[in-house]
Formats: sequence, structure tokens, C-alpha cells
Amino acid sequence: MNPITAPTFEWLQLAPVLVVLLAACLGIVIEALVPRALRFVSQVALFALAAVVAFGFLVVSWNEPKNSIGLMAMGSISLDGPTYLMWGALIIFGFLSLLIFAERRLGNGNSSFAASAASVPGSPAETEAGVARHEHTEVFPLALFSLSGMMVFVAANDLLTAFVALEVMSLPLYLLSGMARRRRLLSQEAALKYFLLGALSSAFFLFGIALVYGYTGSFDLGRINDAITNPVYGAGLLYTGMAFLAIGLLFKIGAVPFHNWVPDVYVGAPTPVTGFMAICTKLAAVGATVRIFYVALGAERWSWQPLLATVAVVTMALGVVVALTQTDMKRLLAYSSISHAGFILVAVVGATSGSLGQLTSFGSILFYLVAYGFATIAAFAIVTMVRDSTGEVHAISGWAGLGRKNPLLAGIFAVLMLSFAGIPLTGGFIGKWAVFSAAWRGGYSWLVLAAVAASLVAAYVYLRVIVTMFFAPPAEGVTVGRASGLTWVPVGLGALATAWLGLFPGPLLDLVDAASIFIR
Amino acid sequence: MITLETLVPATGLFSYAWLMIVVPAVVAAVLLLFGSILDRIGHWLAVAAVLVSFTVAAILFVQLLGADPESRAVSVPLFEWITTGMWNVKAGLLVDQLSILFAMLITGVGALIHIYSVGYMAHDERRRRFFAYLNLFIAAMLILVLADNYLVLFVGWEGVGLASYLLIGFWQYKPSAAAAAKKAFVMNRVGDLGMTMAIMSMLALFGSSSFTDVNSGAAHLTPFWATTIGLLLLLGACGKSAQVPLQAWLLDAMEGPTPVSALIHAATMVTAGVYLVVRSHEIFGMSDAASTAVVVVGCVTLLAGAWIGTSKDDIKKVLAGSTMSQIGYMMLAAGLGPVGYAFAIFHLLTHGFFKANMFLGAGSVMHAMDDDVNMRHYGALAKVTRITFWTFAMGYLAIIGFPGLAGYFSKDHIIEAAFEVSTLAGVCALVGAGITAFYMTRLMLMTFFGEKRWRPGVHPHESPLVMTVPLIILAFFSVIAGALMNWWIQEWLEPAVGNHVHEVSLVPGPIGWATLAVVAAGVALSWWLFGTKPIPDVAPASANPFTVAGRNDLFGDAINDTLVVQPTLLAARGLVATDDKLIDAAANGVGTMFAGLSSQTRRLQTGQVRSYALTMTIGVLLVGAVLILTQLG
Repeated sequence: MNPITAPTFEWLQLAPVLVVLLAACLGIVIEALVPRALRFVSQVALFALAAVVAFGFLVVSWNEPKNSIGLMAMGSISLDGPTYLMWGALIIFGFLSLLIFAERRLGNGNSSFAASAASVPGSPAETEAGVARHEHTEVFPLALFSLSGMMVFVAANDLLTAFVALEVMSLPLYLLSGMARRRRLLSQEAALKYFLLGALSSAFFLFGIALVYGYTGSFDLGRINDAITNPVYGAGLLYTGMAFLAIGLLFKIGAVPFHNWVPDVYVGAPTPVTGFMAICTKLAAVGATVRIFYVALGAERWSWQPLLATVAVVTMALGVVVALTQTDMKRLLAYSSISHAGFILVAVVGATSGSLGQLTSFGSILFYLVAYGFATIAAFAIVTMVRDSTGEVHAISGWAGLGRKNPLLAGIFAVLMLSFAGIPLTGGFIGKWAVFSAAWRGGYSWLVLAAVAASLVAAYVYLRVIVTMFFAPPAEGVTVGRASGLTWVPVGLGALATAWLGLFPGPLLDLVDAASIFIR
Repeated sequence: MITLETLVPATGLFSYAWLMIVVPAVVAAVLLLFGSILDRIGHWLAVAAVLVSFTVAAILFVQLLGADPESRAVSVPLFEWITTGMWNVKAGLLVDQLSILFAMLITGVGALIHIYSVGYMAHDERRRRFFAYLNLFIAAMLILVLADNYLVLFVGWEGVGLASYLLIGFWQYKPSAAAAAKKAFVMNRVGDLGMTMAIMSMLALFGSSSFTDVNSGAAHLTPFWATTIGLLLLLGACGKSAQVPLQAWLLDAMEGPTPVSALIHAATMVTAGVYLVVRSHEIFGMSDAASTAVVVVGCVTLLAGAWIGTSKDDIKKVLAGSTMSQIGYMMLAAGLGPVGYAFAIFHLLTHGFFKANMFLGAGSVMHAMDDDVNMRHYGALAKVTRITFWTFAMGYLAIIGFPGLAGYFSKDHIIEAAFEVSTLAGVCALVGAGITAFYMTRLMLMTFFGEKRWRPGVHPHESPLVMTVPLIILAFFSVIAGALMNWWIQEWLEPAVGNHVHEVSLVPGPIGWATLAVVAAGVALSWWLFGTKPIPDVAPASANPFTVAGRNDLFGDAINDTLVVQPTLLAARGLVATDDKLIDAAANGVGTMFAGLSSQTRRLQTGQVRSYALTMTIGVLLVGAVLILTQLG
């Protein structure tokens, strides 16, 4: 009988996650102990502090000569280059998203969140909460919990950890989606849909875990890989498990045909939450997908590459085609997000392990995600700023003539659109070039051609927005709200980063190239 | 074997050669940028800028004169312009025997014309802008001639093209002026195409575009490439120098103010083509075909220009035809090879003086006649505008080659050299001299002699001093420039252009006598036709095909129209139709298809969570199907 050994835990290396998680818990304590008037400020200060400290720990532990790379926490967390990069990106984008959460000047002192999310929309209780200027400062700890889940999800080295992380990441998001201040019924409906479909996909994921365990006898990604390379049984169990795992992950990525929740939830959720989901959820889901498929199922890539390739084509095609006729800005961005998921999957399919001077698939994916993330955070921040007397204006027709009302903001939005479309001199172009070349080297040239065709159609979607903003007669009653720095920082940073990554992609390309080796 | 130039690095004053270019360029920018503040003094600023350039050029010239012949080619490196893996282009200047003569001509004649323009443009409300453009021209022209490689030369080449465009169209409210400017620009682009291709060929073949590298590399060229580069350079030269077949723009260019015609379209810019051919002498030396083409172009143009000159009534157009013709002489000389290079430049310089003189004289006449240019409305102006008459007469005698005056030396040398190389070319040149005498005499008679045919209300008067003094100076040089340079220029230019030095003497040889006879015949015929009978007030209708062709610029516009403009328009219309009916239709069709597809597909998004769950379940089945298919395949 083996003696029971005390579990080891690498506190320093895992500090970034722990800091975020601790901050989330402290946020709950603040809700309980701090007077109502001070809660908002305390929460904002807390998350800002948490982001800075977590990022600091990340840099410190990455630069530590010993033990910076390896399996941590008894093999359940894998700390390698991709993890560090993903964590860094998650912390930065999470921080920028939370800045938009904290914006109150745009809504005349109110945040984007409902005063009392639990009360029935239109009921006296809700009105009362509004008059009393209550606000749900719980959104900050919720987002931090979700962020900690994401950070574990991308680093999880066994499937059970991954599942728990998935739920930690998802559950707060379901809640956050239902907390919009305006159009509350739509918001609550979105939250419920998200929850139901999310639960369905989690069930598939869990089932997949069970089947893979049945085949390999382990949750550990490395051991799964060993079992696949030395098969004992027929592979039917493995394939079914693999398919179910893929379904759970593709749902979170927002790939077709598991995308249905995306437009409804993106529209219904409060815009800051949509921005958070569009970037951080996608980042986490893609990160976990790449890790599970490359590390655990890499030996079976001949089986899953055609599957993901098919999904990628359908996702890109549907994303761009349906985006063509959208009339709502948030819905357009939702379909845009779906098509970007398709482009990312193109690189996942490539599965190349880069040689000298060539990016690995993961490197190109991460570059794409960063470029997409900066553009997306700025785009959603701008969506919160375009307003009329009742709140944000989501109809694209309402954005007409924005170029004349506020040339700076419209110009920035145009640059973001060009980046989404992959026009040269923007980060989006370099990203597309990177993922396409990764797939090309992986032998999927037909997929690249399909992706190029899709980006051709996508260009129309984005250019239409630019044309509306600059060349249509201005819409009545729509103005650009006076936002505080909390919104302007993500807008400005996003725009600058988009341009910077397009003009000088070198440093980031070097970084993702240097740190894109997974460990088992 | 022709001796190649040996360059010495710039020291002392030569390091400041760039001042010649920078001063007028800066003044041009200042005049354009600072607006109406400078309206009252702007023109004097411009004059001063050119005088500074002239002073620098003169000092450098004197230094070169004193220098030992081996070290008269000075290179002035400025900066690294283009650095690529394959080529490094350094921007630099080359001050040698050839370029310094040019610089002196440009700045000297340029300064006189600037001063003249102060009077001529006195009443134009956009005078400041005019002077800014003139200064811009001076700067660009100096870049052109002082460049030490073809790429920098091309910068100046385009710069003078721009200045020429701006100045021809200076009175842009006149549609004819605007059209003429556009025409000049477009036709020059055709020539520029030749230039760019020639430069690219040089870069490809020699890895450099500097004169030294190209001239030393030319010896290793295959005949094909020597001929190709030569012909491309000739195309560029034809465009800039208004040689057949790219001659048609020069006559229209007379729409510009007269000082512009004198400076740009007579004395300097249009001779850039000759300069280019002489600079590229090593390349033309490697290809008989290319040099023969230059000779042919020169002969054809000298006759065509003279022909046009005989039948125009517009005084400026007569002079423009004459300019074409005289540049034809220079081209001919340049095409003859080493026997002709020095004479081409010699004629270029003397022509610069006497043609500028006559153009400014014509401007003075127009000034007197309220801007009327029709010589049939002139007559008997010799007594009214005495200074203009006498200075113009000096230019006249110089151009027809009256013994002892400028044109006598320079043109006779070209005719003699032409006979040395080819009898046909010699005969062309000889006949051209006769026609020149004919049309110039006609111009003199119609303008200054005979009866007054002035329109009512016109009261001719002599121009102010600011205009007549430059005329006097130019007339002085029209008289003495030939004698001044005749015994000197060949040896001076020898290292730069590699010519063969000829014996020259004052006493004409047999060809010289023949030339004098032909010229005398031309003058006499003209006197008989125009001096003895009254001039009709309206040009008489003529069935004489020579006259008809001459009046219509030898149908240059019609030929361009038929051969180039109409086919281009036709092709453009065809392309527009294809674009509208085929490409747009296809594009719109695809667009409509996608829009239809989109509105159908978006219906899948029902908003019902149960149908979403169903879609997911179908998706699961699809995933399974794809996996199974993969396993089977």
C-alpha cells in the first residue's frame, strides 16, 4: 500500500490564477462588508490591483530560471509557453473589459448593469431599485471568477480540471448575461438560452471525458496520448469521446453548427459583458481546444483534422454570409466573431510545429487572437458610446453619418473594421496571413483557399459599416456619449495596438514564436 | 577610343555647388507658401535667387577655367538616396565642362528673362506665383544638368516637365492654355516612359545609373541592349525636345506667357534632349542603329519645323517652329557621333542666346500691339520700337547665319559635319538653312517693315527699360557668342563628350560658301514674296499642299488623333462597356446571390432555444458522420 503523500503546490508559479481567484473572493467580502456607496469604487480598485499583481507574478514566475516550465499542482496544471502567453492575454483583455464594466459617466452615473437584476422587469420593485440608484457591484467578482476559470481552463493538464474550469468560467457568464440595464427581458432570455445550451454542451463535454477515460484509463492529457500511441482496444470509444469533447469545445468557441447561442447572447447581454465574452471566452476556449487536441489527441490528428476543417469551412461561410444582411451592430459583431472562430480553426487544423523562421500553429493562433482581441475590445467599447436618449444605439442605420459627428471615433472604428476584414497595415491582416500560412504548411491548401474566399465576402460586411458611417446622411438624435477614460483607454489602446500590430508585428511574432511549445 | 572622364572629388567652393539648386528651390517654396505677404517684393526675391545661382555658376566656371584639364570634372556627392540590397543610388552632382556651360546658360539667360518678366508680368495679379514657378523651373533644370546619374537627372527631368506644365497653363482661365498644358504634359509622359525604361535597363545591366558607371559599362553592352537603351533614351529626348514624332506639343505651348516660351520652350528645357544624347554618347557610340535614328529624327525635325515656320502668321508659332528646327540641327549633330557632339552643344548655346533674344523681342512687340500675335496686323514697327527692332535684327542675323554672328559659326559646323558623315543629312541641313533664312526674313518683313496694318486703337510703343535691357544684353551675345567660343569650345568639351577636334577657320570652305548662297537665296525669295507686295490682311486661301500642310502643323494633331487618341478612346469605351455589362453584372450577380443566401440562412436563427438545441443535436450527428467518413476514407 502506498503511503499518502502530501500534495505539492507551486504557489509562486500559480500565483497569477490565485491572485485573480482571491480577488474574486475578496470582492464577495466587499459586497458583504463595505457600505453600498463605497462598493463600486472598492471593486474597481480591487480588480485593477488584482490585474496588476497577477500580471506582475506572471512576469516574475516566467522569468524565474528554475521551475518556470513544467507540470504543476500534482500534474493537473501544465505551465508552459502557451499557458504564460494565454494568461498574459487573458489578464490584459480581462482588465480592459472590466474598465468598460466600470464606466458610469456614459449612462449619467449608471453602469450598464441592471439596478436590481432579480426583480421582475417592469415591476415596482425594479423601479424602486432604480430610483434608489442601486447597482450590482457583484459583476466585478463574477467576472473575476469567470476569468480565473478561463485561466485554469487554458492550463488544465487533465480533463477533469478542464471540466471544472469550464464550469467556473461559464456559470458567472450566464449570470452576467442577464444583467443588462436596458431591454431586460431580452437580456434575461439570452441568459436563459445561454445557460440551457451551455448545460447541453457541458453534458456532451463530460460524456466525452467519460468515453475517453473509458478508452485510455486516464484523465491526464499526457497519459491519454500514451494510450493512443499504444492502442489496446478498438478505437470506436476514442472516436466517440473525441467527437463529444470537440462538441463541448466548439460550442464555447462559437463554431457552426454549435453557434446558435452567439447572436442572441451577444445582443442580449450588457455590451461590456459581450466584449468580455467575445474576447476572453474565445481566447480560453481556443486555448483549451488547442491544448486538448494537440497534447492529448495529437497522435490521432488524421482523424480530427478533417472534422475541424469541415467545421472551419462551415463556420467561416455561415458567419460571413449571415453577417451580410445584419442590421444590428452587436449582431453583426456576433456573426463576425463566429467567422473569426472559423479563421482560427483553419490554423488549428494546420497543426504545424513550425521550423526555423516559421510560426507554429499555436503561435499564429495566438497572434490572431491578440489582434482580434484588441480590435474587439475597442469595437465593443465604441458600441457603448454611440447613444441616443434611451441608451446605446445598436441599429446600424443609427450609426449613419457618425464620421461627420465624431470623425475621431468613426475613424478608429473604421480602422477596427479594416482589421477585422484583414486589410494590410492592420493587425488583422498579419493575423490572417499567419493562420493561413500555418494551415498551408499543414497541407490544407484547399482550406486556405476557402478561407481567402470567405475573407473576401467578409470585407463587404465591414466596408458596409464604414460606408454607412462616412457616406450616409447623418441619423437624427444619435450622438457620441461623453465617456470617461475608463472607456477611452480600451478604445485608444485597442486602436493603437491594431495599427501597431499591423505596422510592426515583429516583436509579438517573435514572442509567440519563442513560447509556443506545449508540454505533456 | 574615346577618353573617359576622370572625376575628382569636390573641394573648396565646389562643395557648395548645391547652392545653385537649393536657393531658387527654397525661394520658389517661400513664394508659394507665404502667399500675398510677398506680393510686392516676391519677383525681386526670385530675380535675386537666380542671380545667386548665376554667381555660383560663374565662380565655378572661372575655377574650372583655371584648373588643369585633367581635373575639370568634379563630383559633388550629396547623400545616399536609395539603398536596397541590389542597388545603392547616391544623389550627387557632377560639375564638369559640359554641365557648367549649361548651368551658366540656364542661370544667365534665366536671370535676364526673370528681369524681363518683372516688366512683362507687371500687370498680372498672379505675378508672385509666376515667379515661383520660374524659380522652380530653374532649380529643376539645374538638377537635370548637374545630376551625376540618370536617376537624379530624371528628378530634374520631371521637375522641368512640371514647371513647364504649370507655366504653359499659367493663364488657366483660357481653355486653350489649359488644354495646351495638358497636351504638353501627356506627350512628355510618352517620352518619360522611354526614359524610365532606359534607366531601369541601366540599373538591371550595370547595377548603377551613374554616368561614370554607364559610360564605362557601355563598352560591354551587347548590340541589342545598346540599341534598345539608345532608342529609349532617344524617345525620352524626343518628348522633351519636341522632336518628331512627339513634336506636336511645342506649338501649343506658346499659349504660355512669352518669357516662358523664351526660357523653357526655346533656350533651355527643350534642349535637354540634346544634352541627354550627348551625355549618353558612349551608349550611342556602341550602336549605329541608335545614332542613325538620332540623325533621322534630327533631319526630319529640322525640315518639319522650318516648314511649319514658313506658313504661320502667329509670330510666336513661327519662332516655335524655328525652335523645333534648330533643335533638329542639334540632334543631327549629336547623332553624327564624335564629330558632332561639341557642335551640338555649341549650337545649343548660341541658339539659347539668339532664340531667347527673339522670343523676348516678340514679347516686346506683343506688348506694343496689345498682345496681338498675328503678324498680318503688324508692319512698320522698325521705327516705333527701335530697341526691339535692332535687338531682334541681331537675333535674326544670328539665326540665318550671317557671317561673323553666332549662328554662322555653330550652324555651319553642323552642316559641314553632316556632309562628312552622310551626303543626305548634309543636304537636309543645307536646305534647312535656306528655309530658315526664308521664314525668318518673312517674319522680319511682316513685323518691322512694309505698311502699318495695325488694328484700330492700337498705339505701339517701346517697352520699358526693364524689358529692353535684357534684350540688349542678349542681342550682344547673339552677335559675339559664336566668335567667342568658336576656337575654344571643342577642346574644352573634349574630355566630357569625347568629340574629335576639328580645324576651324574664319574663311568658309566650299560647303560654307554653298551655305551662304542658299541662305542668300532664301532671303531673296522671301524679299520677293513678302517685301515687294502688300501683305493681305487675312491669310489668302491656298490650295498649295505645302502651305496647307504647314498651316496645319503638318497634320501633327490629326496624326496623333487618328493613331493614338481615337484608338485609345475606342478602347476606353470598350472597356467601360465591358466593365458595366460584364464585370459589374457578374459582381452584382454574385452580390445579389450572397444577399439572397444570407437572408435565407438567417432564418435559421429563429430565437427558439428548442430549435437551437435541435441544431446542436443535428450538429452532433454531422460530427459523427464526418468522423465515420474519415475512418472509411
